[in-house]
Amino acid sequence: MKYGYYPGCSLGKSAKPYDDSTKAIADQLGMSFEEIDDWNCCGATEYFSLNKTAAYALVARNLALAAKQDSLTDLVAPCSACYLNLRKTDDYMGKYPKIGDLTNESLAAGGLSYEPGSLRVRHLLDVVVEDIGFESISEKVTNPLTNLWVAPYYGCMVVRPEFGDTDPVDAEYPVTMDHLMETLGATVVDFPLKTHCCGGHMTQISSDTAFELIRQLLHNADESNADVIVTICPMCQLNLDAYQTQVNRHFGTNYKIPILYFTQLIGLAMGIPAKKLGVGKEFVSASAALKKIGLEVEEEPAPAGKRKKDDKSLPMPSGRVEG
Amino acid sequence: MPEVPTNGSSSDFRTEVINATPGGENLRICLQCGTCGGSCPSGPDMDYSPRQLFAMIDAGFRDDVLKSNTPWYCVSCYYCTVRCPKEIPITDIMYTLKQMAVKEHLYDDSDAPEWSESFIGFVETYGRSFELGLATRYHLTHSPLSKFSLGPFAIGMVTKNRLAFLPERIEGINQLKAILERAKQLEAEQ
Repeated sequence: MKYGYYPGCSLGKSAKPYDDSTKAIADQLGMSFEEIDDWNCCGATEYFSLNKTAAYALVARNLALAAKQDSLTDLVAPCSACYLNLRKTDDYMGKYPKIGDLTNESLAAGGLSYEPGSLRVRHLLDVVVEDIGFESISEKVTNPLTNLWVAPYYGCMVVRPEFGDTDPVDAEYPVTMDHLMETLGATVVDFPLKTHCCGGHMTQISSDTAFELIRQLLHNADESNADVIVTICPMCQLNLDAYQTQVNRHFGTNYKIPILYFTQLIGLAMGIPAKKLGVGKEFVSASAALKKIGLEVEEEPAPAGKRKKDDKSLPMPSGRVEG
Repeated sequence: MPEVPTNGSSSDFRTEVINATPGGENLRICLQCGTCGGSCPSGPDMDYSPRQLFAMIDAGFRDDVLKSNTPWYCVSCYYCTVRCPKEIPITDIMYTLKQMAVKEHLYDDSDAPEWSESFIGFVETYGRSFELGLATRYHLTHSPLSKFSLGPFAIGMVTKNRLAFLPERIEGINQLKAILERAKQLEAEQ
């Protein structure tokens, strides 16, 4: 099936592995993605704090562009924040006529308009689970993830808030990704914090608050001996992966849990080369975990720093940024 | 349809918050049960829990509410929203309070408003967010020698090739600017 694709800003660079792995598995699973021409940022969680009318208008420009592009019916976002903003704007424009009017009046200044409900806004996990289905996926599994213990991490913005009977997953205890991981042959561990917050933008505002939320998640996954935390959101991936070293330093802990996207694990199970899936770009290396499923993964080497002439410390192996 | 019952006292401030929030009417029937605060991931670091904040709104403590860090510590996880027995759109109310605080320069001294403004500055200029520019502008100009070390984060982002060095500008940036300008006019008229 053909889907409108809204990658969002993260997938261009900081979450490139998510974009790479999504595109790598699309063909085999029968999904064809058509990127929305000239899409703009969704405003993340920031614009609604400053100016609501502008925030809805910013998101709605994307909806308007998507709705007039090649008779697209479904708009897919892999990023949870993008998904929520698109979904919420579509929903609120219909539910609250005042928001619909103000948004369309704003869009008109750019020669655009959007009729709420003309697109079905969906998250990538929902498309994979509902449209492709576990049975079709299991037929494509050539390298089952046997013995790989995974903690499925859903985060917030795909599971909440609720929009009614078309919600993709349960708001408190979703299980679709758990079943997906089992389909791939992985062992799913108990992960009660699966829908807790990764810290969101608090890493930028109050690191103490953010680090404690990240610590709780890492601790919970570690208690269950998870080899990997699997995520469906670029923000969750970034916070748990890129700040893991600082969290360890902050609390005197020593977590080394790699954070991978669900699309990367689907790709690995379908026998797609790790490099094509962007595996190796994570801060906390996944190579030890992936050895358990018989994969040798090359890491992207970090450039060796020059040793200063007066450096009297012991020479250490260069490269890896780890705590 | 029967009128939504009120829980006694009312304040102009509460009406103002309700009017600025889609579906905000239910704020009038807050039970003060505290499910929101108990569900909040950053609750322990807030000046007041959401429940306390709603009691303060009810009592008309305008300045204290808008100056508190509570709305800014909201991470938009929507736990409170889905768990509230009275279906109060709590996350949306936090957005309303943030917007009111910014408009009146009443917010606390947290870095949060600056973060939001830096982020949106790039979006309004280029149409896309720009992580490197954001990190530079926000951390170096706003909080040099920031409270936490950017070191391992920045080095890792660069060596793992996960940071763009130039912002991407959308083709329809003028169209977007016209849309946002009109939206801001409309918002000001509200």
